[in-house]
Amino acid sequence: MFNIFSYSFMQYALIVGVLVSLCAALLGVLLVLRRYSMIGDGLSHVGFGALSVAYALGAAPMTVAVPVVIAAAFLLLGLSESKKIKGDSAIAVLSSSALAIGVVANSMAGGSASDLGGYLFGSILALKKSDVIVSVILSLVVIILFGLFKNRIFAVTFDMPFAKSAGVHVRFYNLLLALLIAITVVVGMQIVGTMLISSLIIFPALSAMQIAESFKGVIILSAVISVVTFVVGLLVSLTLPAGAMIVLCNLCVLVVCTVIGKVVKRK
Amino acid sequence: MNVISCKNITVHNERTLALTDVSFDVKKGEFLTIVGENGAGKSTLARVILGIITPEEGSVTIDTAVRGKIGYLPQQSSAQRDFPASVYEVVLSGNIGATGLIPFYSRAQKARARGNMEMLGIANLSKKSYRALSGGQQQRVLLARALCAADEVLLLDEPTAGLDPLVTKELYTTVRHLCDEHGMTVIMVSHDIAAAMKYSDRILHLASSVRFIGTPAEYEKTPLGASFGTEDSNV
Repeated sequence: MFNIFSYSFMQYALIVGVLVSLCAALLGVLLVLRRYSMIGDGLSHVGFGALSVAYALGAAPMTVAVPVVIAAAFLLLGLSESKKIKGDSAIAVLSSSALAIGVVANSMAGGSASDLGGYLFGSILALKKSDVIVSVILSLVVIILFGLFKNRIFAVTFDMPFAKSAGVHVRFYNLLLALLIAITVVVGMQIVGTMLISSLIIFPALSAMQIAESFKGVIILSAVISVVTFVVGLLVSLTLPAGAMIVLCNLCVLVVCTVIGKVVKRK
Repeated sequence: MNVISCKNITVHNERTLALTDVSFDVKKGEFLTIVGENGAGKSTLARVILGIITPEEGSVTIDTAVRGKIGYLPQQSSAQRDFPASVYEVVLSGNIGATGLIPFYSRAQKARARGNMEMLGIANLSKKSYRALSGGQQQRVLLARALCAADEVLLLDEPTAGLDPLVTKELYTTVRHLCDEHGMTVIMVSHDIAAAMKYSDRILHLASSVRFIGTPAEYEKTPLGASFGTEDSNV
C-alpha cells in the first residue's frame, strides 16, 4: 500500500496536503468561532474565477490567483468590520460573481468541461515543487504565529471590543488572518478543488468544537482531526476522487464527534 | 479628584448625530450609571472613553494612573455565548493589555486571574466551559476578566441584559461591593433606571446630549427621573 508514495506526485500530494490541512484547521477555528465560516467558501469561488481568467489569458495561474484571492479576503474581512454591507450578502455577491466570470472566461477561451472539472474538484497530479515550498513556508508561519500569539489570538477571537479596549491591534490581526486564509485557500484548492476547500477549513473546527471544552483543546483537536482525515481520505481514495473522499472522511468524523458531544453533555 | 474628564464630545454615527457636546467628570471611587433610551449614544460614549472611537470634537482626559487600566465589560455577542473556552482561559485573557509582546502570562497575572475568580465566587468553575454556564455565571466570568485589566476603573456596558431579577440583583450588589470595599470607580451603561437609582452614586441621563447629571435623589425631582420612577423594575 505504501509504495504508492514512491511516485513524486504522491509525495507532493501528501506533504502539501498535510501541511495545508493543518493550516486550514487552525485558521478555520478562528473563522468558525467568529461566524465567518462562509468566507472560506467565498474565497474559493474567487480563486476559481481567477484561475479561469488566468487560463483564458494564458497567464501563470498562481500569479493571478494569489493576489486576487488576497484582495478578496481583505475586502471580506474588512466589510465584516464595518456594518454598512452585511458580511453574508457581500460574500454571496462576490462568490457568485467570481464563479460567473470564471465560467464565461473559460468558455471564451474555448476551454473544455474537463478543464473546469480540474479547477472545481482539484487534481493532486497538478502539484508542483513550488507548491511544496509555499505550503512549507505557510505552515511554518501559521504554526509560529499560533505559538507566539496564542493569547492575543484568543483575546481577539473571543471578544474584539474587549481586545480593542485593552490596546490590542485588532485590525492587524484581522488582516493577518485574511492573508493567511487566502494563501491556504489558493494552495489547498489545487488538491481538493475550489468546491471543496472550504470544507477543510470548516469541518475539523466544527468537529473539534463538539467535543473540546477549552480553546486550546479545540485548536489541538482540530489540527489532529484535519491531518488524520486528510491522510485517511487520500489513502482510501486510490481510484476515487481524493478531494471528495477527504471531505467524506471529515463528514464521518463530524457525525461521530456530534454524537459523542451530545452523549457526554447529557451525563 | 476626577479620574475621567469628558469635554464637549461630539461623534457622528454613520449619518446620525450620536453624541452632541457631551461634558462630564467621573470622580474617583464613585459609581456612575449612564442611562438613556436605545440609540441615545450610551455605548458610543463608552467606546469614546475607552479610546476605541475618537471623537470628532472635544476631548477625553484620563488620569495618568488609570490610563490603559480601564476594565471593560462589553455587551455579549451571540457568537460568544457558545464559545468553547474554559472559564480560566477567558478570565486570564483580561491580562492581555499588560503582556506587551511576551507570548505567555506571568505568574503574577495568573495569580491575579485566580484571585478575581475567588472574589467573585467562580473559582470552582475554573475548568468549566464558558458556553456551559448560565447567563449570570457568564457575566461573572466577564467581570472577573474586566477586573484583571482594571486597577482603578470598571466600565460595564449593560451587564444585566438578559439576566433574571435575582441574578441581576446579585450582580448589582457585587458591583456596589467592588466600589465600597475595593475602591473601584465604576461607570455602568444601563437601561434599568430603578436599579441605577438604588445602587449608583450619580446618574447621567443621556439623549445624544447630557440631559441630567447628579445624585439619584436630585434625579427623582426632575421630570426625566419622575417619569421613570413609577416604572416597574427588576430589582
